[in-house]
Amino acid sequence: MSLREHSSQDFEAELESVRQRLFEMGRQVDHVLASCGRALVKGDANLCRRILIEDKETDSMELGIDHLCLEILARRQPVAGDLRLLTSALKLVIDLERVGDLGVSIAARVVELGHEPPLVPSHDLQLMLATAREMLAEAVGALETEDSGLARHAIAQDEVVDAYYAKIFNDVLSLMRANPDNVFRATRVQSISKYIERIGDHATNIAERVIFILTADDIRHAARMRRDDFS
Amino acid sequence: METRLSEQLPRKESHVPAAAENAPYSAPRKEAAMPPPKVEIRGLSFFYGKYKALHDIDLDIHDRQITAFIGPSGCGKSTLLRTLNRIYELYPGQRASGKIMLGGRNLLERKDNVNKLRAKVGMVFQKPTPFPMSVRDNISFGVQLYERLSHSDMQERVQWALEKAALWNEVKDKLRQDGTALSGGQQQRLCIARAVAVKPDVLLLDEPASALDPISTQKIEQLITELKRDYTIAIVTHNMQQAARVSDYTAFMYLGRLVEFGDTKKLFMKPAKQQTEEYITGRFG
Repeated sequence: MSLREHSSQDFEAELESVRQRLFEMGRQVDHVLASCGRALVKGDANLCRRILIEDKETDSMELGIDHLCLEILARRQPVAGDLRLLTSALKLVIDLERVGDLGVSIAARVVELGHEPPLVPSHDLQLMLATAREMLAEAVGALETEDSGLARHAIAQDEVVDAYYAKIFNDVLSLMRANPDNVFRATRVQSISKYIERIGDHATNIAERVIFILTADDIRHAARMRRDDFS
Repeated sequence: METRLSEQLPRKESHVPAAAENAPYSAPRKEAAMPPPKVEIRGLSFFYGKYKALHDIDLDIHDRQITAFIGPSGCGKSTLLRTLNRIYELYPGQRASGKIMLGGRNLLERKDNVNKLRAKVGMVFQKPTPFPMSVRDNISFGVQLYERLSHSDMQERVQWALEKAALWNEVKDKLRQDGTALSGGQQQRLCIARAVAVKPDVLLLDEPASALDPISTQKIEQLITELKRDYTIAIVTHNMQQAARVSDYTAFMYLGRLVEFGDTKKLFMKPAKQQTEEYITGRFG
Protein backbone atom coordinates (compact mmCIF):
# COMPACT_ATOMS: atom_id res chain seq x y z
CA MET A 1 0.00 0.00 0.00
CA SER A 2 1.65 3.18 -1.15
CA LEU A 3 0.42 6.18 0.79
CA ARG A 4 0.58 9.75 -0.34
CA GLU A 5 2.92 12.13 1.50
CA HIS A 6 2.07 13.82 4.77
CA SER A 7 0.49 17.24 4.56
CA SER A 8 3.27 18.27 6.98
CA GLN A 9 6.54 18.14 5.04
CA ASP A 10 8.50 18.26 8.30
CA PHE A 11 6.75 15.16 9.60
CA GLU A 12 7.32 13.42 6.28
CA ALA A 13 11.01 14.33 6.41
CA GLU A 14 11.33 13.09 10.00
CA LEU A 15 9.80 9.71 9.15
CA GLU A 16 12.00 9.42 6.07
CA SER A 17 15.01 10.24 8.23
CA VAL A 18 14.13 7.37 10.58
CA ARG A 19 13.88 5.01 7.62
CA GLN A 20 17.13 6.17 6.05
CA ARG A 21 19.00 5.93 9.35
CA LEU A 22 17.70 2.39 9.83
CA PHE A 23 18.98 1.43 6.38
CA GLU A 24 22.31 3.10 7.14
CA MET A 25 22.58 1.20 10.43
CA GLY A 26 21.72 -2.01 8.59
CA ARG A 27 24.53 -1.33 6.10
CA GLN A 28 26.94 -0.52 8.93
CA VAL A 29 26.16 -3.80 10.72
CA ASP A 30 26.46 -5.73 7.45
CA HIS A 31 29.86 -4.10 6.92
CA VAL A 32 30.90 -5.35 10.39
CA LEU A 33 29.78 -8.88 9.52
CA ALA A 34 31.62 -8.74 6.21
CA SER A 35 34.77 -7.74 8.11
CA CYS A 36 34.16 -10.65 10.49
CA GLY A 37 34.05 -12.99 7.50
CA ARG A 38 37.36 -11.66 6.16
CA ALA A 39 38.94 -11.80 9.63
CA LEU A 40 37.83 -15.42 9.99
CA VAL A 41 39.53 -16.36 6.71
CA LYS A 42 42.74 -14.46 7.31
CA GLY A 43 42.94 -14.55 11.12
CA ASP A 44 43.59 -10.84 10.77
CA ALA A 45 43.98 -9.28 14.25
CA ASN A 46 44.21 -5.72 12.88
CA LEU A 47 40.90 -6.12 11.10
CA CYS A 48 39.42 -7.43 14.35
CA ARG A 49 40.56 -4.31 16.19
CA ARG A 50 38.92 -2.16 13.50
CA ILE A 51 35.67 -4.06 14.06
CA LEU A 52 35.83 -3.09 17.73
CA ILE A 53 36.33 0.58 16.86
CA GLU A 54 33.55 0.51 14.25
CA ASP A 55 31.13 -0.85 16.84
CA LYS A 56 31.14 2.59 18.47
CA GLU A 57 29.62 3.92 15.25
CA THR A 58 26.84 1.32 15.47
CA ASP A 59 26.15 2.28 19.09
CA SER A 60 25.96 5.94 18.18
CA MET A 61 23.51 5.16 15.34
CA GLU A 62 21.31 3.30 17.81
CA LEU A 63 21.19 6.29 20.13
CA GLY A 64 20.49 8.68 17.27
CA ILE A 65 17.54 6.67 15.96
CA ASP A 66 16.22 6.13 19.49
CA HIS A 67 16.21 9.83 20.24
CA LEU A 68 14.68 10.77 16.90
CA CYS A 69 11.84 8.26 17.37
CA LEU A 70 11.10 9.45 20.90
CA GLU A 71 11.09 13.06 19.71
CA ILE A 72 8.64 12.28 16.89
CA LEU A 73 6.41 10.25 19.22
CA ALA A 74 6.31 13.11 21.71
CA ARG A 75 5.67 15.84 19.17
CA ARG A 76 3.52 14.18 16.51
CA GLN A 77 1.43 11.51 18.25
CA PRO A 78 1.57 9.25 15.19
CA VAL A 79 -0.98 6.52 14.48
CA ALA A 80 -1.40 3.50 12.20
CA GLY A 81 1.55 2.83 9.86
CA ASP A 82 3.58 5.77 11.21
CA LEU A 83 3.16 4.50 14.77
CA ARG A 84 4.13 0.99 13.71
CA LEU A 85 7.28 2.31 12.01
CA LEU A 86 8.41 4.36 14.99
CA THR A 87 7.66 1.85 17.75
CA SER A 88 9.24 -0.90 15.65
CA ALA A 89 12.30 1.24 14.87
CA LEU A 90 12.88 1.49 18.61
CA LYS A 91 13.07 -2.30 18.72
CA LEU A 92 14.90 -2.79 15.41
CA VAL A 93 17.85 -0.73 16.58
CA ILE A 94 18.24 -2.96 19.63
CA ASP A 95 18.51 -6.02 17.37
CA LEU A 96 20.87 -4.26 14.98
CA GLU A 97 23.08 -3.06 17.83
CA ARG A 98 23.17 -6.58 19.29
CA VAL A 99 24.26 -7.93 15.88
CA GLY A 100 27.08 -5.37 15.96
CA ASP A 101 28.06 -6.57 19.43
CA LEU A 102 28.04 -10.17 18.26
CA GLY A 103 30.36 -9.12 15.43
CA VAL A 104 32.72 -7.74 18.06
CA SER A 105 32.51 -11.04 19.97
CA ILE A 106 33.35 -12.94 16.79
CA ALA A 107 36.34 -10.65 16.26
CA ALA A 108 37.51 -11.29 19.84
CA ARG A 109 37.41 -15.06 19.30
CA VAL A 110 39.26 -14.69 15.99
CA VAL A 111 42.02 -12.79 17.82
CA GLU A 112 42.20 -15.61 20.37
CA LEU A 113 42.50 -18.16 17.57
CA GLY A 114 45.42 -16.13 16.25
CA HIS A 115 47.40 -18.06 13.70
CA GLU A 116 46.40 -21.49 14.98
CA PRO A 117 45.85 -23.84 12.03
CA PRO A 118 42.16 -23.82 11.08
CA LEU A 119 39.80 -26.53 12.21
CA VAL A 120 37.71 -28.23 9.55
CA PRO A 121 34.40 -26.61 10.61
CA SER A 122 35.74 -23.08 9.99
CA HIS A 123 34.66 -23.62 6.39
CA ASP A 124 31.08 -24.16 7.56
CA LEU A 125 31.38 -21.04 9.72
CA GLN A 126 31.93 -19.01 6.57
CA LEU A 127 28.82 -20.41 4.95
CA MET A 128 26.83 -19.97 8.16
CA LEU A 129 27.93 -16.35 8.46
CA ALA A 130 27.07 -15.72 4.80
CA THR A 131 23.56 -17.06 5.40
CA ALA A 132 23.08 -14.92 8.51
CA ARG A 133 24.28 -11.85 6.58
CA GLU A 134 21.87 -12.66 3.81
CA MET A 135 19.04 -12.91 6.33
CA LEU A 136 19.92 -9.53 7.76
CA ALA A 137 20.19 -7.95 4.32
CA GLU A 138 16.81 -9.37 3.35
CA ALA A 139 15.17 -8.28 6.60
CA VAL A 140 16.37 -4.68 6.27
CA GLY A 141 15.93 -4.74 2.50
CA ALA A 142 12.29 -5.77 3.00
CA LEU A 143 11.66 -2.47 4.77
CA GLU A 144 13.46 -0.54 2.05
CA THR A 145 11.49 -2.19 -0.75
CA GLU A 146 8.30 -2.60 1.32
CA ASP A 147 8.33 -6.28 0.42
CA SER A 148 6.98 -8.44 3.25
CA GLY A 149 7.67 -11.55 1.15
CA LEU A 150 11.38 -10.83 1.37
CA ALA A 151 11.10 -10.58 5.15
CA ARG A 152 9.32 -13.94 5.27
CA HIS A 153 12.12 -15.44 3.18
CA ALA A 154 14.65 -14.10 5.69
CA ILE A 155 12.75 -15.74 8.54
CA ALA A 156 12.64 -19.06 6.71
CA GLN A 157 16.44 -18.99 6.38
CA ASP A 158 16.87 -19.12 10.15
CA GLU A 159 16.30 -22.87 9.88
CA VAL A 160 19.42 -23.09 7.74
CA VAL A 161 21.49 -21.10 10.22
CA ASP A 162 20.24 -23.31 13.05
CA ALA A 163 21.12 -26.41 11.06
CA TYR A 164 24.66 -25.11 10.51
CA TYR A 165 24.92 -24.48 14.22
CA ALA A 166 23.82 -28.04 15.07
CA LYS A 167 26.27 -29.46 12.53
CA ILE A 168 29.22 -27.37 13.70
CA PHE A 169 28.43 -28.15 17.32
CA ASN A 170 28.56 -31.90 16.62
CA ASP A 171 31.71 -31.52 14.52
CA VAL A 172 33.64 -29.65 17.22
CA LEU A 173 32.53 -32.19 19.81
CA SER A 174 33.94 -34.96 17.64
CA LEU A 175 37.18 -33.05 17.12
CA MET A 176 37.56 -32.50 20.86
CA ARG A 177 36.90 -36.17 21.57
CA ALA A 178 39.39 -37.19 18.88
CA ASN A 179 42.20 -35.00 20.17
CA PRO A 180 42.23 -32.92 23.38
CA ASP A 181 44.70 -30.55 21.72
CA ASN A 182 41.76 -29.32 19.65
CA VAL A 183 39.81 -28.09 22.68
CA PHE A 184 41.15 -24.51 22.65
CA ARG A 185 40.35 -23.95 18.98
CA ALA A 186 37.15 -26.03 19.02
CA THR A 187 35.60 -24.02 21.85
CA ARG A 188 36.39 -20.77 19.99
CA VAL A 189 34.82 -22.11 16.83
CA GLN A 190 31.82 -23.30 18.81
CA SER A 191 31.45 -19.83 20.38
CA ILE A 192 31.66 -18.15 16.98
CA SER A 193 28.97 -20.45 15.64
CA LYS A 194 26.76 -19.59 18.62
CA TYR A 195 27.26 -15.87 17.92
CA ILE A 196 26.26 -16.39 14.30
CA GLU A 197 23.23 -18.41 15.38
CA ARG A 198 22.21 -15.45 17.58
CA ILE A 199 22.72 -13.10 14.61
CA GLY A 200 20.21 -15.26 12.73
CA ASP A 201 17.76 -14.87 15.62
CA HIS A 202 18.18 -11.10 15.61
CA ALA A 203 17.69 -11.01 11.85
CA THR A 204 14.49 -13.02 12.38
CA ASN A 205 13.31 -10.48 14.96
CA ILE A 206 14.01 -7.68 12.50
CA ALA A 207 12.16 -9.46 9.71
CA GLU A 208 9.15 -10.09 11.95
CA ARG A 209 9.13 -6.43 12.97
CA VAL A 210 9.34 -5.34 9.33
CA ILE A 211 6.33 -7.51 8.52
CA PHE A 212 4.50 -5.76 11.37
CA ILE A 213 5.45 -2.35 9.99
CA LEU A 214 4.34 -3.24 6.49
CA THR A 215 1.19 -5.27 7.18
CA ALA A 216 0.32 -4.77 10.88
CA ASP A 217 0.41 -8.56 11.22
CA ASP A 218 2.21 -9.55 14.40
CA ILE A 219 3.62 -12.96 13.54
CA ARG A 220 6.22 -13.14 16.30
CA HIS A 221 4.80 -15.89 18.42
CA ALA A 222 2.89 -17.53 15.61
CA ALA A 223 6.25 -18.21 14.00
CA ARG A 224 8.10 -19.16 17.13
CA MET A 225 5.47 -21.56 18.40
CA ARG A 226 5.93 -23.73 15.36
CA ARG A 227 9.68 -23.91 15.76
CA ASP A 228 10.97 -27.32 16.44
CA ASP A 229 13.38 -26.10 19.11
CA PHE A 230 13.14 -29.25 21.15
CA SER A 231 13.76 -31.81 18.43
CA MET B 1 31.40 -26.39 -7.00
CA GLU B 2 30.45 -25.96 -3.35
CA THR B 3 27.11 -27.31 -2.25
CA ARG B 4 25.56 -25.21 0.45
CA LEU B 5 24.48 -26.93 3.61
CA SER B 6 20.93 -25.80 3.05
CA GLU B 7 20.85 -27.93 -0.08
CA GLN B 8 22.18 -30.98 1.75
CA LEU B 9 19.63 -30.72 4.54
CA PRO B 10 16.31 -32.52 4.32
CA ARG B 11 13.75 -29.94 3.28
CA LYS B 12 11.88 -28.67 6.25
CA GLU B 13 8.73 -26.69 6.20
CA SER B 14 9.34 -23.01 6.80
CA HIS B 15 8.79 -22.21 10.42
CA VAL B 16 6.48 -19.43 9.35
CA PRO B 17 3.19 -21.30 9.48
CA ALA B 18 0.96 -21.21 6.46
CA ALA B 19 -1.71 -19.41 8.43
CA ALA B 20 0.72 -16.67 9.35
CA GLU B 21 1.51 -16.12 5.68
CA ASN B 22 -1.99 -14.90 5.05
CA ALA B 23 -3.51 -13.96 8.35
CA PRO B 24 -2.43 -12.03 11.42
CA TYR B 25 -1.58 -13.97 14.52
CA SER B 26 -4.60 -13.92 16.74
CA ALA B 27 -4.01 -14.46 20.40
CA PRO B 28 -6.33 -17.05 21.99
CA ARG B 29 -8.56 -14.53 23.65
CA LYS B 30 -12.20 -13.75 23.22
CA GLU B 31 -13.07 -10.65 21.28
CA ALA B 32 -15.39 -8.46 23.32
CA ALA B 33 -18.89 -8.86 21.98
CA MET B 34 -20.22 -5.75 20.29
CA PRO B 35 -23.00 -4.22 22.41
CA PRO B 36 -26.41 -4.03 20.78
CA PRO B 37 -27.17 -0.99 18.67
CA LYS B 38 -28.98 1.85 20.38
CA VAL B 39 -29.42 3.83 17.19
CA GLU B 40 -29.68 2.17 13.79
CA ILE B 41 -29.04 4.42 10.83
CA ARG B 42 -30.14 3.01 7.50
CA GLY B 43 -29.88 4.58 4.06
CA LEU B 44 -29.54 8.05 5.53
CA SER B 45 -29.14 10.86 3.04
CA PHE B 46 -29.21 14.56 3.77
CA PHE B 47 -29.82 17.56 1.58
CA TYR B 48 -29.03 21.24 1.92
CA GLY B 49 -31.53 22.33 -0.70
CA LYS B 50 -30.42 20.45 -3.80
CA TYR B 51 -26.96 19.65 -2.46
CA LYS B 52 -26.65 16.10 -1.18
CA ALA B 53 -24.42 16.23 1.90
CA LEU B 54 -24.84 12.64 3.12
CA HIS B 55 -25.01 9.61 0.87
CA ASP B 56 -26.90 6.49 2.04
CA ILE B 57 -25.24 6.09 5.41
CA ASP B 58 -25.69 2.73 7.15
CA LEU B 59 -24.36 2.71 10.69
CA ASP B 60 -25.10 1.41 14.18
CA ILE B 61 -24.41 3.50 17.26
CA HIS B 62 -23.93 1.02 20.06
CA ASP B 63 -25.58 1.11 23.44
CA ARG B 64 -23.57 2.79 26.22
CA GLN B 65 -20.56 3.13 24.00
CA ILE B 66 -18.81 6.19 22.67
CA THR B 67 -18.82 6.52 18.90
CA ALA B 68 -16.53 9.17 17.43
CA PHE B 69 -17.06 10.72 14.02
CA ILE B 70 -13.91 11.95 12.33
CA GLY B 71 -13.14 13.33 8.90
CA PRO B 72 -12.04 16.52 7.20
CA SER B 73 -14.16 19.66 7.29
CA GLY B 74 -17.24 19.31 5.13
CA CYS B 75 -17.26 15.51 5.23
CA GLY B 76 -20.71 15.43 6.81
CA LYS B 77 -19.93 14.33 10.35
CA SER B 78 -21.67 17.27 12.04
CA THR B 79 -24.50 17.03 9.54
CA LEU B 80 -24.97 13.40 10.50
CA LEU B 81 -25.02 14.33 14.19
CA ARG B 82 -27.61 17.01 13.50
CA THR B 83 -29.95 14.51 11.89
CA LEU B 84 -30.03 12.44 15.07
CA ASN B 85 -32.19 15.00 16.90
CA ARG B 86 -33.58 16.70 13.81
CA ILE B 87 -32.07 20.00 14.80
CA TYR B 88 -31.66 20.72 11.09
CA GLU B 89 -35.40 21.33 10.94
CA LEU B 90 -34.77 24.76 12.42
CA TYR B 91 -33.32 25.74 9.05
CA PRO B 92 -35.33 25.99 5.84
CA GLY B 93 -34.48 23.82 2.85
CA GLN B 94 -32.75 21.08 4.81
CA ARG B 95 -34.11 17.55 4.76
CA ALA B 96 -33.13 14.00 5.52
CA SER B 97 -34.25 10.70 4.03
CA GLY B 98 -33.76 7.16 5.18
CA LYS B 99 -34.26 5.80 8.68
CA ILE B 100 -32.81 6.51 12.10
CA MET B 101 -34.25 3.93 14.46
CA LEU B 102 -34.23 4.55 18.22
CA GLY B 103 -36.35 2.43 20.54
CA GLY B 104 -38.25 0.93 17.62
CA ARG B 105 -39.24 4.31 16.15
CA ASN B 106 -37.92 6.12 13.12
CA LEU B 107 -36.74 9.49 14.41
CA LEU B 108 -37.11 11.04 10.99
CA GLU B 109 -40.89 10.59 10.91
CA ARG B 110 -42.18 14.09 11.09
CA LYS B 111 -45.34 13.13 12.98
CA ASP B 112 -43.24 12.42 16.06
CA ASN B 113 -42.97 15.29 18.53
CA VAL B 114 -39.58 16.86 17.92
CA ASN B 115 -39.38 18.28 21.45
CA LYS B 116 -39.81 14.85 22.97
CA LEU B 117 -37.18 13.56 20.58
CA ARG B 118 -34.73 16.21 21.72
CA ALA B 119 -35.31 15.18 25.34
CA LYS B 120 -34.27 11.66 24.34
CA VAL B 121 -31.36 12.82 22.25
CA GLY B 122 -29.48 15.63 23.98
CA MET B 123 -26.90 17.78 22.24
CA VAL B 124 -23.89 19.79 23.34
CA PHE B 125 -22.22 22.19 20.93
CA GLN B 126 -18.70 23.33 20.19
CA LYS B 127 -18.96 26.62 22.06
CA PRO B 128 -20.44 26.51 25.55
CA THR B 129 -23.96 27.91 25.37
CA PRO B 130 -25.17 28.50 28.93
CA PHE B 131 -28.42 30.46 29.18
CA PRO B 132 -28.05 33.92 30.70
CA MET B 133 -29.55 32.77 33.97
CA SER B 134 -28.39 31.16 37.21
CA VAL B 135 -26.52 27.87 37.29
CA ARG B 136 -29.56 26.23 38.90
CA ASP B 137 -32.00 27.65 36.34
CA ASN B 138 -29.75 26.51 33.49
CA ILE B 139 -30.42 22.95 34.64
CA SER B 140 -34.07 23.26 35.70
CA PHE B 141 -35.13 25.17 32.58
CA GLY B 142 -35.07 22.14 30.31
CA VAL B 143 -36.44 19.75 32.93
CA GLN B 144 -39.53 21.94 33.38
CA LEU B 145 -40.38 21.52 29.71
CA TYR B 146 -40.85 17.77 30.13
CA GLU B 147 -41.57 17.05 33.78
CA ARG B 148 -43.49 18.55 36.66
CA LEU B 149 -41.24 18.23 39.69
CA SER B 150 -41.70 19.54 43.20
CA HIS B 151 -39.22 22.13 44.41
CA SER B 152 -37.26 19.55 46.43
CA ASP B 153 -37.31 17.03 43.56
CA MET B 154 -36.03 19.73 41.24
CA GLN B 155 -33.27 20.59 43.72
CA GLU B 156 -32.32 16.92 43.75
CA ARG B 157 -32.36 16.74 39.94
CA VAL B 158 -30.16 19.84 39.68
CA GLN B 159 -27.64 18.34 42.08
CA TRP B 160 -27.80 14.95 40.35
CA ALA B 161 -27.17 16.49 36.91
CA LEU B 162 -24.32 18.66 38.17
CA GLU B 163 -22.77 15.64 39.87
CA LYS B 164 -23.10 13.64 36.65
CA ALA B 165 -21.28 16.44 34.86
CA ALA B 166 -18.55 16.48 37.53
CA LEU B 167 -19.39 20.10 38.28
CA TRP B 168 -21.27 19.94 41.58
CA ASN B 169 -18.26 20.38 43.86
CA GLU B 170 -17.20 23.46 41.94
CA VAL B 171 -20.59 25.22 41.83
CA LYS B 172 -22.56 23.97 44.82
CA ASP B 173 -21.94 27.30 46.58
CA LYS B 174 -22.76 29.41 43.56
CA LEU B 175 -25.98 27.93 42.23
CA ARG B 176 -27.52 31.40 42.07
CA GLN B 177 -24.58 32.80 40.15
CA ASP B 178 -25.01 33.49 36.46
CA GLY B 179 -23.99 30.46 34.38
CA THR B 180 -22.19 32.71 31.93
CA ALA B 181 -19.82 33.80 34.74
CA LEU B 182 -18.29 30.33 34.97
CA SER B 183 -15.02 29.46 33.23
CA GLY B 184 -15.19 28.04 29.68
CA GLY B 185 -14.63 24.46 30.85
CA GLN B 186 -17.21 24.84 33.61
CA GLN B 187 -19.71 26.36 31.16
CA GLN B 188 -19.30 23.36 28.88
CA ARG B 189 -19.82 20.95 31.75
CA LEU B 190 -22.88 23.01 32.72
CA CYS B 191 -24.20 22.44 29.19
CA ILE B 192 -23.55 18.73 29.56
CA ALA B 193 -25.36 18.78 32.93
CA ARG B 194 -28.26 20.58 31.23
CA ALA B 195 -28.43 17.88 28.56
CA VAL B 196 -28.14 15.07 31.12
CA ALA B 197 -30.80 16.60 33.41
CA VAL B 198 -33.67 15.56 31.13
CA LYS B 199 -32.36 11.96 31.23
CA PRO B 200 -31.79 11.38 27.53
CA ASP B 201 -30.99 8.02 25.92
CA VAL B 202 -28.34 9.46 23.64
CA LEU B 203 -25.90 12.35 24.03
CA LEU B 204 -24.60 14.10 20.94
CA LEU B 205 -21.40 16.06 21.41
CA ASP B 206 -20.32 18.30 18.56
CA GLU B 207 -16.64 19.12 19.15
CA PRO B 208 -17.34 19.67 22.85
CA ALA B 209 -13.77 20.50 23.81
CA SER B 210 -12.47 22.35 20.77
CA ALA B 211 -12.86 25.76 22.44
CA LEU B 212 -11.33 24.67 25.75
CA ASP B 213 -7.85 24.71 27.26
CA PRO B 214 -5.99 21.38 27.71
CA ILE B 215 -6.94 20.89 31.38
CA SER B 216 -10.63 21.62 30.72
CA THR B 217 -10.41 19.30 27.71
CA GLN B 218 -9.06 16.53 29.93
CA LYS B 219 -11.93 17.05 32.37
CA ILE B 220 -14.48 16.89 29.57
CA GLU B 221 -12.87 13.72 28.19
CA GLN B 222 -12.88 12.13 31.63
CA LEU B 223 -16.52 13.14 32.01
CA ILE B 224 -17.43 11.64 28.64
CA THR B 225 -15.92 8.27 29.57
CA GLU B 226 -17.80 8.31 32.89
CA LEU B 227 -21.11 9.25 31.23
CA LYS B 228 -20.73 6.18 29.03
CA ARG B 229 -21.93 4.04 31.92
CA ASP B 230 -25.42 5.52 31.55
CA TYR B 231 -25.62 7.01 28.08
CA THR B 232 -24.97 6.22 24.47
CA ILE B 233 -22.63 8.92 23.19
CA ALA B 234 -21.85 10.16 19.71
CA ILE B 235 -19.04 12.69 19.45
CA VAL B 236 -17.82 14.69 16.50
CA THR B 237 -14.22 15.77 16.82
CA HIS B 238 -11.50 17.24 14.66
CA ASN B 239 -8.98 16.07 17.20
CA MET B 240 -7.99 12.56 16.18
CA GLN B 241 -6.09 11.94 19.37
CA GLN B 242 -9.26 12.79 21.23
CA ALA B 243 -11.22 10.26 19.18
CA ALA B 244 -8.51 7.70 19.87
CA ARG B 245 -8.51 8.49 23.58
CA VAL B 246 -12.20 8.54 24.40
CA SER B 247 -14.14 6.49 21.88
CA ASP B 248 -14.94 2.80 21.62
CA TYR B 249 -15.88 2.99 17.96
CA THR B 250 -14.81 5.40 15.26
CA ALA B 251 -16.51 6.31 12.03
CA PHE B 252 -14.38 7.95 9.34
CA MET B 253 -16.36 10.04 6.88
CA TYR B 254 -15.29 11.64 3.66
CA LEU B 255 -17.29 13.65 1.14
CA GLY B 256 -20.58 12.71 2.77
CA ARG B 257 -19.88 8.99 2.79
CA LEU B 258 -18.99 6.61 5.56
CA VAL B 259 -15.60 5.26 4.55
CA GLU B 260 -14.85 3.06 7.54
CA PHE B 261 -16.43 2.19 10.85
CA GLY B 262 -14.91 -0.02 13.49
CA ASP B 263 -13.27 -0.59 16.82
CA THR B 264 -11.25 2.52 17.66
CA LYS B 265 -8.13 0.62 18.76
CA LYS B 266 -8.10 -1.31 15.51
CA LEU B 267 -8.88 1.68 13.34
CA PHE B 268 -6.00 3.71 14.75
CA MET B 269 -3.54 0.80 14.61
CA LYS B 270 -4.55 -0.91 11.40
CA PRO B 271 -7.25 0.85 9.42
CA ALA B 272 -8.87 -1.32 6.78
CA LYS B 273 -9.03 1.42 4.15
CA GLN B 274 -6.10 3.29 2.67
CA GLN B 275 -8.14 6.51 2.70
CA THR B 276 -8.62 6.17 6.46
CA GLU B 277 -4.90 5.62 7.02
CA GLU B 278 -4.04 8.62 4.90
CA TYR B 279 -6.42 10.81 6.88
CA ILE B 280 -5.54 9.72 10.40
CA THR B 281 -1.81 9.91 9.70
CA GLY B 282 -2.20 13.45 8.39
CA ARG B 283 -1.64 12.81 4.71
CA PHE B 284 -4.70 14.79 3.73
CA GLY B 285 -7.47 16.76 5.35
